[in-house]
Amino acid sequence: MRPILALLALALAVPALAEDLEGTLKKVKEHNLIVIGYRESSVPWSYLDGDQKVVGYSHEVALKIVDAIKAELKMPDLKLREIPINAQNRISLMQNGTIDLECNGTTNTSERRKQVAFSNTIAFTQTQLLTKKKSGIKEFEDIAGKTIAVTAGTTSEHYLRKYADEHKVKLNILATRDHSQGFLMLQTGRADAFFMDRDVLGSLLARAQDKADYVITGQPQTKEALACMLRKDDPQFKALVDRVIAKMQTSGEAAKMYDKWFMAPIPPDGVVLDAPLTKEMKELYKHPNDQSFD
Amino acid sequence: MYHWHWGIFLSPTGTGETYLGWLFSGLGLTVALGLVAWLLALVLGAAVGIARTVPNRVVRALAGAYVEVLRNVPLMVQLFTAYFVVPELLPPELGDAVKRMNPVAQQFLCLGLYTSARIAEQVRSGIESLAGHQRSSALALGLTLPQAYRHVLLPLAFRIILPPLSSEFMTVFKNSAVASMIGLLELAAQGRQLVDYTSQPYEAFIAVTALYLALNLSALRVMRFVEAKTRVPGFATAK
Amino acid sequence: MYRFDFSILGGSTIPVLADGMLVTLEITATALAAGMLIGAALAILRGSRWRAAAWLAAAYVNLFRSVPLVMVLLWFFLVVPQLLQSALGLSPSVDVRMASALVAYSLFEAAYFSEIIRAGIASVPEGQMDAARALGMPRLLAMRLIVLPQALRNMAPMVLTQAIVLFQDTALVYVSALADFFGQAYGIGERSGRLVEMLLFAGAVYFAISFSLSLAARRLGQASPAVRGTASAAARG
Repeated sequence: MRPILALLALALAVPALAEDLEGTLKKVKEHNLIVIGYRESSVPWSYLDGDQKVVGYSHEVALKIVDAIKAELKMPDLKLREIPINAQNRISLMQNGTIDLECNGTTNTSERRKQVAFSNTIAFTQTQLLTKKKSGIKEFEDIAGKTIAVTAGTTSEHYLRKYADEHKVKLNILATRDHSQGFLMLQTGRADAFFMDRDVLGSLLARAQDKADYVITGQPQTKEALACMLRKDDPQFKALVDRVIAKMQTSGEAAKMYDKWFMAPIPPDGVVLDAPLTKEMKELYKHPNDQSFD
Repeated sequence: MYHWHWGIFLSPTGTGETYLGWLFSGLGLTVALGLVAWLLALVLGAAVGIARTVPNRVVRALAGAYVEVLRNVPLMVQLFTAYFVVPELLPPELGDAVKRMNPVAQQFLCLGLYTSARIAEQVRSGIESLAGHQRSSALALGLTLPQAYRHVLLPLAFRIILPPLSSEFMTVFKNSAVASMIGLLELAAQGRQLVDYTSQPYEAFIAVTALYLALNLSALRVMRFVEAKTRVPGFATAK
Repeated sequence: MYRFDFSILGGSTIPVLADGMLVTLEITATALAAGMLIGAALAILRGSRWRAAAWLAAAYVNLFRSVPLVMVLLWFFLVVPQLLQSALGLSPSVDVRMASALVAYSLFEAAYFSEIIRAGIASVPEGQMDAARALGMPRLLAMRLIVLPQALRNMAPMVLTQAIVLFQDTALVYVSALADFFGQAYGIGERSGRLVEMLLFAGAVYFAISFSLSLAARRLGQASPAVRGTASAAARG
């Protein structure tokens, strides 16, 4: 009995290779190249360390996906190219084919699903305000009339503009090119607060020279599901990516990697973020899915 | 297959305006930025250009340094430097005040200074092309140097340099797009916002390009009008 | 008083900056060469007797001269990479960002170079072309052997000046994902908190290079204001 079961299991485990390749996998096979987009300062998801090399939690997820592609498509010499992107051009670059995969802490939203597809969720986050203690901003409503930095092209930027319109508040929104520029605006006194995912805020703060001057405050405004981004209408590639992520999460590998990036010293300065796994995340690891919050 | 959707321009943005409204606000900012910067550049550039032709060597050298520095560093580097470096080098209270200043004001100052260096060069070459007999004739007639400049050299020099001056007028609107790098929501930046929000890059960029073309043509019209009004009959402004 | 700390310059940052400078120089050199070639073709087309060709060339030049370089770069970076790939038959292993940047700059500069070349051609006495035609040379050959070489000599200073402008304009590639010298310097500055030092450093480097090149241009025999006036008037016409 057992050998037969084993054979059956093996047979069922043979992946999509048996079918014809389509979409991204076809493109990758034909050109022997896969292009990943990375972020330069989305700590600790995907960012440049002291030696200007790309590192990060979700970046490692991307590399694992590439390994899986190499194994399943039998392409051990698959070439990998990594190019820097930012929040404003990531969707355009995905749509026009410049990048094939992006795992950087991008939020899965129904709006974006009209243009691209998302993998299984890799993490959850909430958006909050980072501000100097002496700025007097405690609650989210305190931002009225102030200058708020936010990274251009993110869900946070869209949220801020909507908030200003819906609540008839005057907001001076400083849309920056990427997270580090947003923090720079706050540091140099050009912005009163920086509105962004809590993990990003926590990481930027942990690495700041003058961290005692800052505080993360305000009622969390949005809950977000972060996932890898890939092209729309490409079920074969999505199935592969989802498989890799689900396997990582159910096997405990994701939890170990999480500890590596959130509970241990990380480059470039060996800072520890000290953000243990939430109950929600543990649930997610038990039941991988690709649901978003909107 | 790309899905064309020209109706997006009239769709609401979710923040109380239409996308077309965003584009027009960007256009307005571009025009305002360009005009004010160009006026500043005209005044400053004329002054510096004249300064480069006076007999005083120190004045000439200072004006020369001003022009050389501003012309040999890319505009974008200058904008970033004005935005990030200058406030840090000023005493704290002044620096903070500058940081609080509306970025539009900062950018038009920087754009104005950059353009003024280019105009200074044109003014200088216009004056120098007259340096010959116009200048000596004026002096021979008993005019002092300042009078010679005011009544003879400058009016003629400006008519000579009107062509390059007007192309500078059109250039300043194009250069204002560089200010989008610092987050200013002028026309080019609004174009990118549109792409970000609607994911219809072709429509957005075609609209923005069309607006720049329209802007350029209008500027050209204005300058041609000015040229026609100031032409001195019988004096060849340019062969 | 701001405490300057230039120590960030060294070790791991120098190779990164050098890479950036290579990108800058590659774009400058390619756009200069390609821009001159395309520009020359455009200039010749504009004088041709085929009304359609002349009109098309003029439309091209006017279009690219009316739009900011930022927009052209965005067009080629966000909208047309795939088109480019199929049009030029590039294999996707070629870095599409560099390819699109090179094409964008070349096409953009071609419009400006074509105006300079037109002015240069106009500065060659008409008698040259007449004499060549009288000797039986077809117009194109006359252009290539007689008029263009003289035109090029006359407009060399203006070409060099435009090349310096191009060198400075490469900094705008910041809008795409390509990191040139300025992009790298800025990135290092932002991430290390030493933005002031890096911006001043970048400015100094650009100044040093541009200023030396502009001195060289001046030594090439500065175009007299009269000729410059002619050229600009012709350029605007």
